[in-house]
Order: sequence, then C-alpha cells, then structure tokens
Amino acid sequence: MSDNGILLDIKGLCVSFFTEDGIARAVQDVSFSVKKGETFALVGESGCGKSVTALSVMRLIADPPGKIVAGEINFDSRNLLELSDQRIRAVRGNRIAMIFQEPMTSLNPVYTVGEQIVEAIRLHQKKEEAEAWDIATEMLRKVGISDPAQRVNEYPHQMSGGMRQRVMIAMAISCKPELLIADEPTTALDVTIQAQILDLLDQLQEQSRMSILLITHNLGIVAERAENVAVMYASRIAELSDCKSLFDNPLHPYTQGLLQSLPRLGFTGKRLYTIPGTVPEPLRFPAGCKFHPRCPIGCNDKRCQTVEPQLRRLDNGGGACPSDRRVACWFAPGYERPDDPKL
Amino acid sequence: MNSSISNNNGLPRPPLGVPNGSSEAKPGFLLKVDDLKTYFPVKKGLLRRTVGYIKAVDGVSLAVKPATSFGLVGESGCGKTTVARSILRLIPVTSGKVIFDNTDILAADVTHLRSIRSGITLIFQDPFGSLNPRMTVGNIVGEPLKVHKKITGPDLTEHVRLILSKVGLPADAMNRYPHEFSGGQRQRIGIARALVLQPKLVICDEPVSALDVSIQSQILNLLKDLQQEFSLTYLFIAHDLAVVQFSCDTVAVMYMGRIVEQASAGELYNNPLHPYTVALMAAIPKINVSGQASSRRLKGEIPSILNPPPGCPFNPRCPFADGRCFTQNPPLVPVSGNDEHLLACWHI
Repeated sequence: MSDNGILLDIKGLCVSFFTEDGIARAVQDVSFSVKKGETFALVGESGCGKSVTALSVMRLIADPPGKIVAGEINFDSRNLLELSDQRIRAVRGNRIAMIFQEPMTSLNPVYTVGEQIVEAIRLHQKKEEAEAWDIATEMLRKVGISDPAQRVNEYPHQMSGGMRQRVMIAMAISCKPELLIADEPTTALDVTIQAQILDLLDQLQEQSRMSILLITHNLGIVAERAENVAVMYASRIAELSDCKSLFDNPLHPYTQGLLQSLPRLGFTGKRLYTIPGTVPEPLRFPAGCKFHPRCPIGCNDKRCQTVEPQLRRLDNGGGACPSDRRVACWFAPGYERPDDPKL
Repeated sequence: MNSSISNNNGLPRPPLGVPNGSSEAKPGFLLKVDDLKTYFPVKKGLLRRTVGYIKAVDGVSLAVKPATSFGLVGESGCGKTTVARSILRLIPVTSGKVIFDNTDILAADVTHLRSIRSGITLIFQDPFGSLNPRMTVGNIVGEPLKVHKKITGPDLTEHVRLILSKVGLPADAMNRYPHEFSGGQRQRIGIARALVLQPKLVICDEPVSALDVSIQSQILNLLKDLQQEFSLTYLFIAHDLAVVQFSCDTVAVMYMGRIVEQASAGELYNNPLHPYTVALMAAIPKINVSGQASSRRLKGEIPSILNPPPGCPFNPRCPFADGRCFTQNPPLVPVSGNDEHLLACWHI
C-alpha cells in the first residue's frame, strides 16, 4: 500500500491487436488511478476499450494477437507488467479478482458451485479441503444465497441468473481481494436483480474496504455507485472526473451527448437528442479527435479534424472544477491549446 | 406522445382487461387480445407424461388502437415475448381470442393466416442473429415482398430502394452484406424488412436493448418518425421502462404471465400504483438523482413459474402482502376515477 492511498495506478497504457487487416489500437494512452476503498467506473460504448483495459490489469490479453505495447500498471506500487507469469498468478484471482458479464458462461457447468469456489480458495491459500468448503459455504451466505449449505452442492444450471452472479461474486471475494474488477456485472440481469447485486457489491466493499473497478455502459449505474469515472471513447479517455462534477457539468461533447440522448423516466419530449453517426471501429479510427465526425462543435474545425487532443488537466486556476478533472477536447473551457504551426 | 390517441376519444371504449365473450372486434381497435392463455406442458419421465403446465401467459387482455404504441414491459420470463408469439400464432395458444383488423387470428385457416401475417411484422432484438449473413441487404429486405406480394424484378428493387432510404441507409447498402454494417445500421435493415410490406401492426421485440447507448436514441426516434409517416401501430416489448415510456402511448406492466398494471405512459410514471411497478421504477439506476441509490429494494427473485405461489404471484416479494394476497389473485380492474388506469392489486 503506497502512502497516498492509491491502489491501482495506470500510466499511458497502450494495447494493440495485430490482425490480418491491420493493427487495431484498442487502448491508447489510458491513465487513471483507483484509490483504496473507492469505486472507479470506466464507462463507454462497445469497442471503446474499457474491457481491454480491465483485461490488461489482469494480464489476460491474448498474445498473439494482442499486446500491451506501452505503459505501466502499478498495483500496490509494483508494475504488474514486469512480473513473471508465475508471480502474476499469485496476484490474479487472489489480490485482484474479476467478475464477468455473463454468469452462465463464466461458471463451469460440470462442477458444483462449491467445487469451483473451493478450487479458487485452495489455489491461492493453504487451506485443508474441509476448511475450504466451510469458507465456500460462508461466502455463499455472505452474498445473500439462502440455504448455502445445500446450494454449495448444486450445479450452475440449477440456479437463476441473479444467483449465478452471486456465486461469481462469492468466488471472486473468497480470497479477499484488494481490487475487484467488475466487467458489466449486471448487464445480463433484470433491473430488480441488478439493484440487488449492486447493493451487495456496495455492502461487501464497506465491510472489506476493497476497491472496485466497475466497467459498464450504463451511466445510471455510474451516477449511483461510483466516486470517480473515466468516460472512454474509441480507445481513449475522453473525460476523467469525480462523478458529481461529470453529471452536473459534463465537459466533453461526447459525454454531453450521451447524457442528453438517454431516455429517462418522466421524459415527456417527442424526440430524443441523438449523437449522429456510429461508434468507429478500431481499424477505421478517424484522424484527429476520434469524436470529431460526430461532434457538433468539432465536425467543422480544422484542429479537431487533424490533431488529437490529449487528456489534460483543465487550467482555470482551481476555480469551478476540482483540480483532478481532465478532459480531451480542444473546446473544453480552460483546455490549454498550444499553438500548432501546422494550423 | 402520439396525437392519434385524442382522435379516438370519441369512440366507445370497451372495458379493457375484462374477459369478453363477444367474438367481433370492438370498433376503434386494430388489435384486441382477450383472456389469452398460453401454457407449455411440462413433461417428465419415460412416458413423457404431462406433469404440469408453465403458465407463460395467463389471461392477458389488451387492446391497441390504430397508429398508437402499446408497450409491454416486464422482466425476463414474465411472458411478454410469449404474448407476441401467441398473437402471430407462432406457438400453440391454450385459449383466448386474438382479433386483428376484425379477423380472429386463432380461428383462421392456414392460407388465411398467411395473409393475416403479411399485415403484422416483427422487429427483433438481436441485429446480428436475425439477418441471414449469406444474403445481401437487398435480398433480405426484398424477401417478404417476393413471398407475400409476388413482386419481382425492377419493381422489387424500387420498393427496396425506397424503404432503405426511409430508414436512413445509404443507397449502395442494397448490394452489401449484413456483416459490413454496424449494430445500429443492422437494426435499420431489420426495420426496413419489417416495413417493406406496409404492415398495419409492427411488433417490436426489444428493438434497442442490444444497441449502444448513443445508437438507441437514433433508433427510437426513427421508429417514431416512421410511425407518423406510415400511421403504424406498434406493439412494443421491452424490459426498459424508460424506453417504453418514451415510445408508447399506453404501457402495460407484466409479471408472471399477467398484466398487473396498465395506464397511459404519463399516468403510469406520475401515478404508479402496483408495488411491482413502483419497485421496477425505483430499481432503474438514475443519472438525475444525486446521492445514494434508493433503499426501496425488492427482496427475492421471481418465483418459479412452474410453482407459482397461491394468491397474488407477487406476494413473496411484496412489502404490503397480507391476508387476501396469499389466497386470491387480484383481477385487473380500472382504478376508481380513471377507467384507463388498470390495476391488479388488493391494496389500492
């Protein structure tokens, strides 16, 4: 644990996939940090690089075709990218655990849920079989499964989607991780079950002070659950902010558009705001700012079309915005624009 | 919302939701479903004996006026898709009546059914799985015209070109294959295919839930524009209450095979009465509320539909359940003072 309370610090992460059709730069220059005990949300649409960022932290990028080409991932002041395969295995699943979107396909159908949790426990901790089973039962109780002593001997298909996700969470927290990466943990679930699962994560976090890296496309979940958030678009962070400032005063045109285009309960207008166009594919990213073809401000601006803005701290003398707010847009108020001789 | 709802105000309004024995459709409704029941037999053992029934749809009645949108909302397994499939007779229906455009669909013979079906089309959830990857977009969109209207040659091409431009696809899309398009564009192809027959009723089954957030609003707006232009009637099925509320004039909330509450979209939002509707709204993560998530949480999960609890099926999760809720299933009846707001709950 470093002294400034930062558990995970990602600096300049770049991940590319080398495919037959060319190099897909899925993640470019992504930097953010997650404090101990906080929920940090990575939000964005499909293909924006949020899951690839999470998999990079777990060192689970398939190589080939993928490769982490640059950057550092410092976890508890150690760069995970420099660890040997053996040492990373001691971290993965133990100090950093992950839960996935699809609770059906992430559990093995031919083993009981107990066997799967016990396997995870005994892989990382020196526990006797019987003791591991006791822990597994206790974990199931902790995630709110009724009658855990019986459920521990059931197979995944005997459980509902919400219960399977609880089992996934039980498995993930069985080794008391310091960081839990939750990749769309509730996307496959119904809203009432989603609320239960998110409440459960909150409650577990409170008990153990673990950090959660929450990956989602749902801005509502971010607003309700996260302290800090990075909005990703086309492989880069467009905006990095504390949650309240982001929703009160979004600065990047993409964030603004997303927030406006959401159908909200009680909305009585005839039409929804739309962001024109579609999310670009990693092999066909536009030049300049990747959002400029869809941007109401940048679509006709020479600088936006040619030069990609970097994620920068805003220069407004610590006024309206908290100092750790960052944005990548030439037109954001307070965004420093070094003169470019090419323009 | 849609203006046509007020156009229909002068028409006599039959009591909705009350099972009705008369066979002819009431004037003013394009689609009327009466006490629809679709049960799936559960077979067990060597002899495949029927040991019970899954009551996927258990007495649903609804009526949709022309050029309006009727929304069915509910969680997975509540029977909303089964209602749609029963209406089209894609699955055997146990009992009930489905009157579409003054024709009883469930009583129609096979040839008649075919012609009825050309007036009802479907838009599916998955824009990846619902388009044949080996067919060009032109063939996909033109296929219904060939099958139902026997249109071929340059006529067909012209029809397809027109509808593609209506849904906002480039003219050259016709000769390309689905994989060349993004999810949102593929959903536009699916919409073009559904509209090319100029149907009266379009069943939209989760039309935007597979799409990215920034694409959802494009498709929802497109569906509204097309509705106005072609006077379409939508039966809109979705799990997202906010989407349904935006897109529909009337919204029905389903739980375990039954409609538990039905009202105009605005009324349902401003005055939700069923504890399930209230909980469903509270569970939606909201971006316009600062601070912590709502504490009104539903306990438990949807009970097994094979063994529904006696009485009101919502009683195991309901904070207000008492005496009568555990023995008698409440009927769907109009709320006093507003006969367009229907509710199935003993606690009004």
